[in-house]
Amino acid sequence: MGKTISEKIISEHVGRDVKPGEFVVAKVDVVMAQDGTGPLSVQELKKMNMERVFDKDNSIFFIDHASPSSRKELSNSQKLLREFSKKTGAFLSDVGEGICHQRLVEDWVNPGNLVVGADSHTCTSGALGAFATGMGSTDIALAFALGKVWLKVPETHKFVVKGKLPEGVYSKDIILHIIGKIGADGATYKAIEFEGDTIENLSMSSRFTITNMAVEAGGKTGLISTDETTRKYLEERGRGVKFREIKSDSDANFEKVLEIKANKLEPLVAFPHTVDNVKGISEVEDVKIDQVFIGTCTNGRLEDLRIAASIFKGKKRHPDTRLIVIPASREVFLEALREGLIETFLEAGASIESPGCGPCVGIHKGVLGDGERVLSTQNRNFVGRMGNPEGFIYLSSPATAAATAIEGRIADPRGYLK
Amino acid sequence: MNSKISGKAWKFGDNISTDHITPGRYFHLRSNLEELAKHVLEDADPSFSSKVKAGDIIVAGRNFGLGSSREHAPRVIKIAGVSCIIAKSFARIFYRNAFNIGLPLLVSDTDGIDDGDKLKVNLEKGEIEDETNGKVLIFTTLSHFMRKLIENGGIEEHIKKYGDFKVE
Repeated sequence: MGKTISEKIISEHVGRDVKPGEFVVAKVDVVMAQDGTGPLSVQELKKMNMERVFDKDNSIFFIDHASPSSRKELSNSQKLLREFSKKTGAFLSDVGEGICHQRLVEDWVNPGNLVVGADSHTCTSGALGAFATGMGSTDIALAFALGKVWLKVPETHKFVVKGKLPEGVYSKDIILHIIGKIGADGATYKAIEFEGDTIENLSMSSRFTITNMAVEAGGKTGLISTDETTRKYLEERGRGVKFREIKSDSDANFEKVLEIKANKLEPLVAFPHTVDNVKGISEVEDVKIDQVFIGTCTNGRLEDLRIAASIFKGKKRHPDTRLIVIPASREVFLEALREGLIETFLEAGASIESPGCGPCVGIHKGVLGDGERVLSTQNRNFVGRMGNPEGFIYLSSPATAAATAIEGRIADPRGYLK
Repeated sequence: MNSKISGKAWKFGDNISTDHITPGRYFHLRSNLEELAKHVLEDADPSFSSKVKAGDIIVAGRNFGLGSSREHAPRVIKIAGVSCIIAKSFARIFYRNAFNIGLPLLVSDTDGIDDGDKLKVNLEKGEIEDETNGKVLIFTTLSHFMRKLIENGGIEEHIKKYGDFKVE
């Protein structure tokens, strides 16, 4: 019997062949925590007298959630991470450098890696053919110190996406469609492999959007086979030598296979308060939007900003709709500046914030007022997610978000692309 | 840990997220778990934290604990005194976090349990007895490793005891 991508990568890291359902102890390649989860990891390491990291270059703390800090308690937690990094040699990605998941794919993760992070969207890195999964602070504390984790080997679900994406429809719409179809717990505990010609034709940036949201269907990780697109991405980032072919065997066992016709999709919006509450743009009636947020680990990359800027070009946001744009990393920000995208956003009436998670975590940079509605390019719309349980969160692609900011109500981006 | 648990049921619905349990607006309390625990489940039931008693049991529908990886969520539930959570299903990260900190999660049909029912759980026998309506429910058997984590009081104690993860 052949193996799926997850089974192959976990087997390599355990040192023997593993099967779904088995409990194993696996070596890890990259370990990270962020400022929301890292302080608890550090406290646990202190408690256990294990203040060390297994590999200085691949043990990373990202300060991205409250970045820059909005209150003293958070500043003190961040200070703890800086001190721990100094003491142990762990890498610190500080304020303004960007969101952990974006930074990981920019500078750390390679095909075949086993990546663990104290953040649920760690699965983003899976688009590079890595087994990447989110865990809690204690798991990650132990991984920092010991370089290994306990795992239950997951079964794999396969989603085969076929056909040409219609104009105005993007990878965000593909993943929203899948989650809407299978539900927020449709792949709980499973590894998800995304394949098919539609996925093969996506850029790395668009692929990251898909694997980022695997956890929103309950997935343990989301994976995409490596190909020429992966090779080019790694070459451009100076890691060409790290390219490896990663794909599942033709006789691998998939617990479930689902086929999606991409050419039939339209722009989609997830309505409050669960990600699987998905509606086609043609079914959306008049929904007034108070704030639009373009950014996050889901859709804050250069490609996303280019699409949004192309819609804003020469236009202004609706006077009653605030517009917040946050590049996912310093590198994305710099490139967006050079290309003039930031200028376009500013001229459209946007507030540009420094790279980080921004209002998606609900602590700063755009907390909602009571009864307010936001349309965001982020991955989650739970009650209270953006800092106010009386707020309403809608999710979409950057194109839909840009059209919405212009019209002040949820809008179809397709009219702006002609 | 004692294999017999008893307490009052607090009933919740489907898709209770880590944002319901530990809202983002209390992010600054994450390094102060005792304070954070005063807001546990605030966005699902604002009165929960002031009324929950030691030993009480959370009973929920599908996909309990979905969302972020924050281990603070099961931790504040445990600090609030909750002895175990019974749900139709759990989100994956929440599931491992809870066992890692020694909080048992049991998978069972929960439709027959009403809010306020008096429950008695026998981890050994795999049974939940609803003393209020007399029904007995069977929960999905815990794997050996998860049982060991609960017996040892979490992954840190487990590692101290065996010197390693020891999953078999």
